[in-house]
Amino acid sequence: MEAVEREPRPLRREVEEVEAPSRLTRQRRRSAYWMVLPMALVLAAVAGWPLARTIYFSFTDANLGNLESYQRVGLDNFRALGVDADWWNAVWNTVRFALLSVSIETVLGLVVALTLNAHLPGRGLLRAAVLIPWAIPTVVSAQMWNWMYNDLYGVLNHIFLGLGLIHAPLAWTANPSLALTAVVLVDVWKTTPFMTLLILAALQQVPLEIYEATRIDGVHPAKVFFRVTLPLIRAGLLVAIIFRTLDALRIFDLPFILTGNSKSAATMAVYARQQLIDFQDVGYGSAASTFLFLVVAIFSVVYITVGRVRFDGGGRST
Amino acid sequence: MSPKSWPVAVAAVVAAVSFPLPTHAQAVTVSVACGSVGAEYDFCKTGAEAWGKKTGNQVRVVSVPKDSNEQLALYQQLLSQKSGEIDVLRIDIIWPGLLAPHLVDMGQAAPKGLAEQNFPAIVQANTVNGRLVALPQFTDAGLLYYRKDLLEKYHQQVPTTWQELTQAAKVVQDGERKAGNANLWGLVFEGRAYEGLTCNALEWIDSFGGGTIVDASGKVTVNNPKAAAALTLAASWLKAITPEGVLNYAEEEARGAFQSGNAVFMRNWPYAWALSQSADSPVKEKVGVTALPKGGPGGKNTGALGGWSWAVNAYSKNVKAAAELAAYLAGPEEQKRAAIEISVNPTMPALYKDQAILQKNPFIAELLPTFQSAVARPSRVTGTKYNQVSSAFWNAVHDTLTGKGTAEENLANLEKTLNRLGHNGKW
Repeated sequence: MEAVEREPRPLRREVEEVEAPSRLTRQRRRSAYWMVLPMALVLAAVAGWPLARTIYFSFTDANLGNLESYQRVGLDNFRALGVDADWWNAVWNTVRFALLSVSIETVLGLVVALTLNAHLPGRGLLRAAVLIPWAIPTVVSAQMWNWMYNDLYGVLNHIFLGLGLIHAPLAWTANPSLALTAVVLVDVWKTTPFMTLLILAALQQVPLEIYEATRIDGVHPAKVFFRVTLPLIRAGLLVAIIFRTLDALRIFDLPFILTGNSKSAATMAVYARQQLIDFQDVGYGSAASTFLFLVVAIFSVVYITVGRVRFDGGGRST
Repeated sequence: MSPKSWPVAVAAVVAAVSFPLPTHAQAVTVSVACGSVGAEYDFCKTGAEAWGKKTGNQVRVVSVPKDSNEQLALYQQLLSQKSGEIDVLRIDIIWPGLLAPHLVDMGQAAPKGLAEQNFPAIVQANTVNGRLVALPQFTDAGLLYYRKDLLEKYHQQVPTTWQELTQAAKVVQDGERKAGNANLWGLVFEGRAYEGLTCNALEWIDSFGGGTIVDASGKVTVNNPKAAAALTLAASWLKAITPEGVLNYAEEEARGAFQSGNAVFMRNWPYAWALSQSADSPVKEKVGVTALPKGGPGGKNTGALGGWSWAVNAYSKNVKAAAELAAYLAGPEEQKRAAIEISVNPTMPALYKDQAILQKNPFIAELLPTFQSAVARPSRVTGTKYNQVSSAFWNAVHDTLTGKGTAEENLANLEKTLNRLGHNGKW
């Protein structure tokens, strides 16, 4: 892709940089700003304002029962957070969850996308079918899995016992060493389709001529994958991984429905909600939320920076 | 591809389930939050709609989460925003202290004489600073359910102590497993890390004479040898007579295991009785119910005091109609219907002599002493900190049950946490 498009690009860029913007260009820029303005306002209202308020509350001792009267307590909440073993347990759970789920989803998504990209009969139907887990609301699928995980009448234990994989029924969501795995499994089931879809989109931009050329040259399929396919879809793959990692870091619904407030799988978001709502401690809960926001923000900045250096340097995308 | 072209994240909309009724002229719409454990949702909906028909108002039934602490979280969120979204709330016996400022004084809003028909202790529990903030609907205490047929088959007595229960459960479980019933377990209870575990564990500890976590004066008493003995015994049940899955069981999961015939004993609330006797229940007529065992010969029978009451949201736009509905739902007719249909205990002494109730669910009157001597959770003395106290307690118990530390270690840590929370007994 890069080799094909690289030539005309530097020319176009030079032209843009050298000439002063014409009246038409300036006019178009102005109208573009006007068109973006409503969305920017809406974003400021629904995302910016709550975020600012949360950060503000994290420096106070506000209580959910009475949000009008509170005192500023400086960094007290963050200091308490720093020595709270339950909080660090939640951070650790979240990081493990994000690493495990995103790696498995990436590999599985790649495999499924490569399969769907092949010219099979009924490919359209298959692609639609793959999306079903992604289309079911998380609350519904999590509750469904809760029943399948049940230690006494769950279908999962039934199947595994029948196959001889386990000797006694497992308490998937109750056993502290299994709970996080159980949550990861459901997330993989649910989100692999999303990964597949993004990778499939990237795969379809790879020109078929390259594959024809490798076939004529008799290149080994494994080599084709690592030397041709993977480098060409890296940009798309990276974006997919960013999405999933950000999502995984602020996961709330799955662990909350599968294991409740249990420490075995509580994530940062579950912990923050418990402090904010159950304990009414808006100050402390906001501090936890702010920390969560910082983690996600830092990840985003790092990813985007890395992404630009590697992929925008070579050429502008469409 | 640049980050500029990212698609917008998907937004999920959660819609509350509502059941509008046909419109009447001049009618107001009153929304009511029914419970959702067992059959109580259908029961409550029927009652509320009957009132709607009688008075010509519309009723909107709102469904709430199953876990009681999730319900409380929802109400606290709504009420702290001064939302009149739900007019009539059903509140737990431990919540009046937390929610009182947001609730209407039912002493004035309810018909004269209604509150006086209830047990004074339950009215007292719903009174905060002289204001009656909710009208009692039913009272609750933990009970022991057992399989009559299995105890008979293995010549076991109904246990009177937890130690006897442990042995009997083992005998039956071993026997049944030898006979090929691989999924049978001795005892199930509510072991999920939530308010229900606090009730269960408080019952174990109180039955051993180990106190009530925090005593009436506010002193943290939970770190004592009797409490440790109770929790140690409970921890020994796990994987021996109790499936590991109980660590994620709430009321309905425990009932699911027992009612499908997979458990000899179950700790649950009275509501489980009516459902275990329903036509499609595999254990119909094989179940007995009794008071929870004592913690050894020197212990006592106990049960955690539960119960629910009807309250009216002070931010409601239709306080008058809402108060009428609350009074109807808490009235003697509805209490009688509840005692018969969903086997929950009335809060009015007169109903304990009602022949229709006695015939259908005799245990309600037979176990009256248990209900009257039930142990209250320390919600009064710990006030707005109760949620944190309960959460710290259930986490310590949950850790003990999963084998993370001994009962002694976890109780010592809990004592420190509670003393920090309660500023050494001043709360």
